[in-house]
Amino acid sequence: MNLALADIRHRLGRFLMTCVGLGLLMGVALSMIGIYQGVVAEALALSRSLRADLWVVESGTRGPFAESSRLPGDVREMVARLPGVAAAGAITLRTAEMQAPQGVLRVQVMGYEPGRPGGPDAIASGRALGGARFEMVADARARLPVGATVLLGGDRYRVVGTTRGLVASGGDPLVFVTLRDSQELQFKLAPPAARRAQAAGTGGGGTDTVNAVIARLAPGADPAQVAETARRWKHLGALTDAEQSDLLTRSVVNRARVQLGMFTVVLLFVSAVIIALIIYTMTMDKLREIATLKLIGASDGTIVGLVLQQALLLGAAGYAAAVLIVFATRGFFPRTVALGPAEVAVMAGVIGAICVLGSLVSIRAALRIEPQQALGG
Amino acid sequence: MSGATAPLVQVEGIGRVFGAGETAVRALDGVDLSVGAGEVVGLKGPSGSGKSTLLNIIACILEPSAGRLLLGGETVWDGAWRVADLRRLRRERIGFIFQFHNLLPFLDATDNVALAMTLAGADVGTARARARDLLDYLQVGHRATAKPARLSGGEAQRVAIARALANRPRVILADEPTAALDSERARVVMDLLRQVAREQQAAILVVTHDEKIFDRFDRMVALRDGRLEAVA
Repeated sequence: MNLALADIRHRLGRFLMTCVGLGLLMGVALSMIGIYQGVVAEALALSRSLRADLWVVESGTRGPFAESSRLPGDVREMVARLPGVAAAGAITLRTAEMQAPQGVLRVQVMGYEPGRPGGPDAIASGRALGGARFEMVADARARLPVGATVLLGGDRYRVVGTTRGLVASGGDPLVFVTLRDSQELQFKLAPPAARRAQAAGTGGGGTDTVNAVIARLAPGADPAQVAETARRWKHLGALTDAEQSDLLTRSVVNRARVQLGMFTVVLLFVSAVIIALIIYTMTMDKLREIATLKLIGASDGTIVGLVLQQALLLGAAGYAAAVLIVFATRGFFPRTVALGPAEVAVMAGVIGAICVLGSLVSIRAALRIEPQQALGG
Repeated sequence: MSGATAPLVQVEGIGRVFGAGETAVRALDGVDLSVGAGEVVGLKGPSGSGKSTLLNIIACILEPSAGRLLLGGETVWDGAWRVADLRRLRRERIGFIFQFHNLLPFLDATDNVALAMTLAGADVGTARARARDLLDYLQVGHRATAKPARLSGGEAQRVAIARALANRPRVILADEPTAALDSERARVVMDLLRQVAREQQAAILVVTHDEKIFDRFDRMVALRDGRLEAVA
């Protein structure tokens, strides 16, 4: 005869309503953990997709994500000739707003040379970029179907393929265009400005500039050693992929990560207080019943079991509701909610611990109820 | 009237003082009372006379300040508790009946009765079988699956009596068991208690204000200002 279950069955409607409310609260906490994980995953998504072993950037900078970096376009040739480098590709990266069928869309535009490192490693639909100009591969997050046309930098681009899960650290979807298109987009001056620059003798027509060169190394090559070799050119800096990933998570998204982490901790604390209060109220609602149980000889274990089992059942049902709610709605979040079995399991453990801790006050109160209270004075 | 035999409840010179110094209140003062097997004794008295205090002491949930308490001939208190596990003593030797039945609202009638037995270690199947027998004995077998909220006052009190009898206690303490019942149902409940006392040789002490059942007791005792004043 399980008293906890019997009591829950008796007040099932109230219990379920409480679970839904708790589920929403836990769902927010779970979403925050997913968003926290998502920020890190999004920050690393591009660098992982490029499968680069080495990032060659402007000397003295930590580009191209953390800081601005500019290199002459021919650096790609130099890097390709370094010992241990199997392939190298130049890339550009900039944020832009483009006119899409659904309205103005903020994106991160990545330029690369098709056939060289720098493009997406997988195409979800359509095809990869060929050599033609004004073609674009867009991430699914941009919600642009294959065949759609968009206006970017005054030119009309046609979407020829889509990727999945490639966004910038700020959450903007990535679009890939050819290096030439992106260089014009990024570095070509508007005609009046170009004329002024030419007149001043400062150039203005050249666009063969890139933000970084990424390299894939030959099997057995040591990334640190190749990076050291690249740094011997005074105008070049080099980061291994591990250093770049570290930079992305520790520097680029660090504030967002800490902010989300703090918010998650606050939410978990609030959840703990609310769970403790609900359990306390549920226990105090049964004051007379507990007094009666004590009077007719129930052991402390029976009383503790009643409170603790209800707390755990409440937590379990609330958490199940939270998981259902979050997994049903996470597609509607503007940023990735990265939740896997590990996060769900860890959060379940945290909720379990909160329920046990939250029930301690109620257990103490229940054990202090005097059996005389059953006799009504 | 059942003849009194060896007392199952024996209270000797019991006193109880609440507080200390100038604010001390003497709730009970040298109370002597005994209730024998098969006897139904009524305890009356005005509010604040010490009835509940005496009941709580006999129920082993309140420690006296002086005197001696014996249950079934065994000394339970004589300056200190002499029984290590008072909950077990209550569970196995004392049955309780309350003014408002105090049935657990989330259990049906059968499980309310069976619960007392499972707390004493009986397995659920055996406990439920005996609970149904007890409900039949008290003529509420037809309400075995009803929750307390669906029972009438009289039915709920019968279920509460069944629960009090579940572990075959020799002592039954009742706190205003008929206060929430009309005259007819109050008499039926008292007749049931008398039947139980006679058939199970239990000692029953009933705290009551209810004059309409005074004639249903083997004996009446009265408390006034903490002293046992009159025996009718």
